[in-house]
Amino acid sequence: MANDPNASPGGFSHRTIERNITLLGVLALVTVAIGGLVEIAPLFWIDSTVEKVEGVRPYTPLELAGRNIYMREGCYNCHSQMVRPFRDEVERYGHYSLAAESMYDHPFQWGSKRTGPDLARVGGRYSDSWHVQHLTDPRSVVPESIMPSYAFMATRPLSAGDMRDHLKALTHVGVPYTAEAVARANDDLKAQADPDADTTALKARYPKSQTRDFDGDPKQLTEMDALVAYLQMLGTLVDFEAAAPQETAK
Amino acid sequence: MQATVVRAGGYVAVMVVAVLATAKAVDGGFAVHMAIVALAALIAAVATLRTADFAGTRVIDRSEYDDEPVRWGVIATTFWGVVGLLVGLTIALQLTFPALNLGLEWTSFGRLRPLHTSAVIFAFGGNALICTSFYVVQRTCRARLAFPTLARFVFWGYQLFIVLAATGYVMGITEAREYAEPEWYVDIWLTIVWVAYLAVFVGTLVRRREPHIYVANWFYLSFIITVAMLHLVNNLSMPVSWVGSKSYSAFAGVQDALTQWWYGHNAVGFFLTAGFLAMMYYFVPKQTERPVYSYRLSIIHFWSLIFLYIWAGPHHLHYTALPDWAQTLGMVFSVMLWMPSWGGMINGLMTLNGAWDKIRTDPIIRMMVMALAFYGMSTFEGPMMSIKSVNSLSHYTDWTIGHVHSGALGWNGMITFACMYYMTPRLWKRERLYSLRLINWHFWTATIGIVLYTASMWVAGIMQGLLWREYGADGYLVNSFAEVVAAMHPMYLIRAAGGLLYLSGALIFAFNIGMTIAGKIRDEKPMTETPYNPAADRPLLAQPAE
Repeated sequence: MANDPNASPGGFSHRTIERNITLLGVLALVTVAIGGLVEIAPLFWIDSTVEKVEGVRPYTPLELAGRNIYMREGCYNCHSQMVRPFRDEVERYGHYSLAAESMYDHPFQWGSKRTGPDLARVGGRYSDSWHVQHLTDPRSVVPESIMPSYAFMATRPLSAGDMRDHLKALTHVGVPYTAEAVARANDDLKAQADPDADTTALKARYPKSQTRDFDGDPKQLTEMDALVAYLQMLGTLVDFEAAAPQETAK
Repeated sequence: MQATVVRAGGYVAVMVVAVLATAKAVDGGFAVHMAIVALAALIAAVATLRTADFAGTRVIDRSEYDDEPVRWGVIATTFWGVVGLLVGLTIALQLTFPALNLGLEWTSFGRLRPLHTSAVIFAFGGNALICTSFYVVQRTCRARLAFPTLARFVFWGYQLFIVLAATGYVMGITEAREYAEPEWYVDIWLTIVWVAYLAVFVGTLVRRREPHIYVANWFYLSFIITVAMLHLVNNLSMPVSWVGSKSYSAFAGVQDALTQWWYGHNAVGFFLTAGFLAMMYYFVPKQTERPVYSYRLSIIHFWSLIFLYIWAGPHHLHYTALPDWAQTLGMVFSVMLWMPSWGGMINGLMTLNGAWDKIRTDPIIRMMVMALAFYGMSTFEGPMMSIKSVNSLSHYTDWTIGHVHSGALGWNGMITFACMYYMTPRLWKRERLYSLRLINWHFWTATIGIVLYTASMWVAGIMQGLLWREYGADGYLVNSFAEVVAAMHPMYLIRAAGGLLYLSGALIFAFNIGMTIAGKIRDEKPMTETPYNPAADRPLLAQPAE
C-alpha cells in the first residue's frame, strides 16, 4: 500500500489521533456535535419555525390530566397526532397539523406509528358516550379494533396530584399560564367536569374549553372524565374556516 | 479499608434518603421506586462490607484480565435477551389477539411495548455493549480494567437502571418519548452510571501497553461519548415535584420532536451501530483468525459514520410540521449514510477473505456473516425509506417495524449471540462450548424467524400505506381505517410466528451458554471437519490382469 500506516508521511497522519486518547475523544465529540447544532439549534431562534396561530392556548388542568393519562397508558405507541399534508390524510383526519398546534406540548405526542388512527383532530368527531364506550370495550363499537380495554378508568377517581405544581412546572419550561391560572388549577380541574359549577372564569382563562360531565357519571371525577376531555379538545382550538380567507387575501 | 467503610457508609446514606423519599412520595409509583432504590442501596452496603478485605490478605492475580464483570455481563445479556424477546412475542400476540391485553392496566400493549423496546435495546444490547467493551478494551490495551470497583458499580448500577425503567413502564411511569421513556430521576441515575462507565473505559485506554488505540475502541469510545451527549440533552425536563415521578420536557412541539428524534435515531446510530461495529471489529477478526480487511477503510468509515449519523434524525419527521429545510437535510444525510454503513459491512465481510470456507464449518462465523449481511440490508433499506417520497408511504406503517427488526434481530441479535458464543468458553476457561451443533439450531431458527418477521411486515406496511391512500372511481377514499386494521391480522400472525422462532433460538442459546458455564460438554460429532478419506484420495491404478 502507498500509505503504509507505520511509515511516517510528511503531513498529518491518523497515527497521531489513534495514539492520543484525549485527541481521539475530543475529535469524536466535535464530529458528532456538528449535526445536532446545525439542525436543532436554529429551530429555537428562527421565528418561522412555529408561526403564531390564533386560538392555540395552554391545556386546562383537566385536559392536562387527561393528557398525562394518555401518556401513562402509552397511547403514542399506536396513535399519531400529526396529520401530513396529503389529500388522503386531510380527507381522513382533517386539516394538516400546524407547528403551533403542539407549541405547548411538553413533550410532543406526534407519534411514529398508526396501529390505530391519527388523533390530532379527533375532538368533536364522536360523542362523549361513544368515547366512554370505546375506551371501556373497544370492540363493542369497532369490531375490527385491536385496542386494549381501559374499563378501569371509568370507575377510578382522578388523582392527578396537585395541579398547581403541574402548571408551575410547565411555566418553568415556557408555557404562559398566568399566576391566577396556577393558583386556581385545582378548582379548575374539578369545575370543568362538574355540570353544576360556575365555569365563567375557567372559560375566560381557557377560551373554547368544553365544560360538562364527560364520562356520564356526574357524581364523581374519574380518569375517564380527564381522558375524554383531552380527546374532545384535540384539534379544536384553531378555526380553519376563519383562517382560509386571510390566507387567500395575502 | 477506610475506603470500603466510607463506601458502605455512602450506600447507607443513599438508603436513608431513599426511605425518606418513599415516605414523602407524592405518587405510588415513585414510592415503589424509592423502595427499590433503598433495597438496592442496602444490598450494596452489605455486599461492600462482606466482600471487604479487612485483613488485607487478598492477592489479586494481575497476570490475568479482570473478567468478573464481563462474566456477569454475559449472564445478564442472556437473561435480558430472553426477557426482552418474550415481551416482544407477547405484544406481537396482543396485536393479533387483543384479548391477551387481559383487561389489566399493567399488561396492556401501551405499557408493555416500551418494556419490550427498552429490554432489548438497553438491557440486552446495553449489557452486551458494556461486557464486550470491558472484554475488548483490556485485551486490545494489554492492561487490566482501570478502577475495578467502579467497573462493578457500572454493571450493578446499570442493572438498577433497567429494573427502575422496566417497573416504571408497567406502573405507567413514562416520559412518553420513544426509547427515552424513563423519568427524570432514572435519567439522573443513568447519567451517573454512564460517567462511571466512561471513566473505566477511558482509564483503561490511558493505561494501555500498546501504542495504538485499536479501531474497536474508537467505536466504543464514540458510542459512550455520543450516548452521553444525546441522553443529557434529550432528557432535560422539569420535575413537578422532587418527590414525585412526573416531569415535563424542557422542549415543546417542533423542537421537542426534533430533539427526540435526534436522540432516537442516534440511539440506533451509536448504541445499536457504532457500539456493535466495535464488537464486530474485535470478534470477527478473532474468530476468523484474519486481520481486519482494510485499515484505511476503517478510518474513513469511522469518521464519516459518526459525522453523518447524527444528521439523520429528521427523517423520522418527514412531512410533519418540522421545517422543510430540516427534513431535507435529514434525508440527504441519511442517503449519504448508506456509504459509511456499507464501509463497515465490507470491512467486516472482507475480513473473511481466505477463510470463506469457515462459513460451512464454523457456526459462529456463519452467525457473524449473517449479522453483517443483515447490517448491510437494513442500512440499505434505511436510506431508501428516508427518501421523502418513499417515506410518505412507509411512515406510520409496519414497514418501519419490519425495518427495525431486520436490523435489531439480524444485525444486533446475531452479532451479540456470536460474541457471547466466542467469549463464554474463554471467560469460564472451558475447553469449548457445550455444543457447537446447537448453534446451528439457533442459527436456523433465528434466521427463519427473521425472514418471517420482515417479510410479513413488508407486506403489512406496504399494504397499509396503499390501502390508506386508495381512492375509488367516485373520488372517495375506499377503505375505512378499521378495515385496514382487519386486513393486518394474517400478517400479524405470521410476525408472531417469526418472533416465536427467534425466541426459541434465543432459548437454545441460553441453554448452551448455561451448560457451558456449568462445565458440561455435549458428546457430539465435531463440526469443524470436512470429511476426508485418504484412502480414496489417490489415482486409480490399472489392476494387473490375473
